[in-house]
Amino acid sequence: MNDRSVRPPQRVRVTSPRMVARPRPAERSATREIDEQTDVGEVYMTALLRSQLRPGLALLAVVLFGLGGLPVLFLLLPEVAAYPVGPVTVAWLILGVAVFPALFAAAWWHVRTAERVERDFTEILRRR
Amino acid sequence: MTASLAVALVCAATLALGALGLRLSRTTSDFYVASRTVSPRWNASAIGGEYISGASFLGVAGLIFAVGNDMLWYSIGYTAGYVVLLVLVAAPLRRSGAYTLPDFAEIRLRSGLVRRTASVLVVGIGWLYLLPQFLGAGLALQTAAGAPRWLGTAVVVLVVVANVAAGGMRSVTIVQAFQYWFKLTAIGLPVILLLLVWHGDGSPSPAAVAGPEWSTPLSGSDHPLYRTYSLLLALLFGTMGLPHVLVRLYTNPDGRAARRTVFAVIGLLGAFYLFPPIYGALGRIYAGDLLAGGNTDAMMLLLPQRMLDQPWADLVSALLTAGAFAAFLSTSSGLTISVAGVLSQDLLRGRWRASVSGFRVGAGLAVAVPAALSLLGLRTGLADTVGLAFALAASTFCPLLVLGIWWRGLTRAGALAGLIVGGTLASTAVLLTVSATVSSGWPAALLRQPAAWTVPVAFGVMVLVSLCTPRPAGVGPIMVRLHAPEILDLDRGETRLREDVPPLRHAEPAAKDV
Repeated sequence: MNDRSVRPPQRVRVTSPRMVARPRPAERSATREIDEQTDVGEVYMTALLRSQLRPGLALLAVVLFGLGGLPVLFLLLPEVAAYPVGPVTVAWLILGVAVFPALFAAAWWHVRTAERVERDFTEILRRR
Repeated sequence: MTASLAVALVCAATLALGALGLRLSRTTSDFYVASRTVSPRWNASAIGGEYISGASFLGVAGLIFAVGNDMLWYSIGYTAGYVVLLVLVAAPLRRSGAYTLPDFAEIRLRSGLVRRTASVLVVGIGWLYLLPQFLGAGLALQTAAGAPRWLGTAVVVLVVVANVAAGGMRSVTIVQAFQYWFKLTAIGLPVILLLLVWHGDGSPSPAAVAGPEWSTPLSGSDHPLYRTYSLLLALLFGTMGLPHVLVRLYTNPDGRAARRTVFAVIGLLGAFYLFPPIYGALGRIYAGDLLAGGNTDAMMLLLPQRMLDQPWADLVSALLTAGAFAAFLSTSSGLTISVAGVLSQDLLRGRWRASVSGFRVGAGLAVAVPAALSLLGLRTGLADTVGLAFALAASTFCPLLVLGIWWRGLTRAGALAGLIVGGTLASTAVLLTVSATVSSGWPAALLRQPAAWTVPVAFGVMVLVSLCTPRPAGVGPIMVRLHAPEILDLDRGETRLREDVPPLRHAEPAAKDV
């Protein structure tokens, strides 16, 4: 008891508590998660598929209902369909001319959207 | 006389451009996919050139002339099908690395049986689509130059086989791109002259001449609403299943380029399809007597003679005939290439399998059956028959592609069941329609436009059977391959197929001997 009180206190190395904490797991890249088909990788792929499919299906719905609605519209409003414009009728002008620029615009919108989704996906995967 | 000369010129130009390509084709990869170096702009022109067939050039105008407003849906469907293709299929299909539809089936499902089923369907659709091209060529040459019907057919068959067998795909890319612009010129330029004459006559209205039934939508007696919707469905969802269109996407360098290509195609087709309705309407005013003869597919070629003075009438007729011939040649080339590719890959054996000589044999086989049918005297409407090819494609390859690309749950058994059920239903409808067994009422309407019921049934069978069978392992990397941008360094499953075919005329690597 006495001996101890006389001796100078033992030196103690003071360190940060983090030294004894478990080392952090090595950084795993997102591409590796996908390659190894981990749950995280699945989440990435599911997100990519959804973000491509959702705007695509929305666009297709607009195109299909837009085109599919025309016969019904003509059936319900025959006087509009038959309204003369120059030598032809409104129905002719819509089906023969107006539809094509509309389809072109729809396609342009889709290309833009799809390329943006791919850019974002590439960026997210490279950031990690 | 002028018309025959124009046709000869078109054939000569096609062969000359093909020979130019031959000097550039060196390897099997060149032959099949132009070594995957075609830019979106070239490829879009080539797809447009390949896609605008005789059915579009002559048939649509003929149908609008004969039936009226409801037939405008043909041109809309032919174009809008590419919007569906763009959204659901274009980029993933290019990324799959497949060259043909059977390739895709095998990559996605790893099944030789599904692959062979798909091959048989490609050949069937190809033959059904080639038939009206050959028939139309005979008709066009007969109308324009008084030649016997077999002659036009024979000319197209010979030029196509010579060109395809000699040059393969890269030459055809040049030829097809040329064909689109030529066809647009051939159908667009005469319109100016014809409209000037029409204006000079006091701009008579076609509706006034043809009566209200012609200009009013849904006025026919044969269940017009059902037929309109079913036709629209077939064209919208059938485009993605046409073998000669898909094969062109593989010649793009990557998925993004494939998407841009399809986008450009929609613009090119939209421009072209503005013209056929004008011919249909002018035909009603100036050539109404042709209706009685029932030869409406030839109306466009006869119209200039009714409206213009010599020598303009002959010149314009010749230009239109040349344009129609370009249409027959380009579509037939595209179809022949894809059917030949599938035949040499899957149905030929031994040294003909996946080689240049096999490709040449395949090209011969691809045209033999439809050529025989048209020479033996089968007669069907051009746009009608093409519509049936679309319906068959929509009830088989559309569900396979859409479910295969977007749904992990598709199984081999499901795909096989869907292909067989959809294919059987649609081809039965085709056979009953072409043989005219059922000719009136609802049954006839259901069979003439089968897509409205065959497409949902095929989708349903594919989904249900897939749900009842265990999922195959290893779909994950395939989904990565289909959807991830190429720029990312990812594991995309094993690669196979055409990219691995060694160049034919280069020496084998020495590694074997060491």
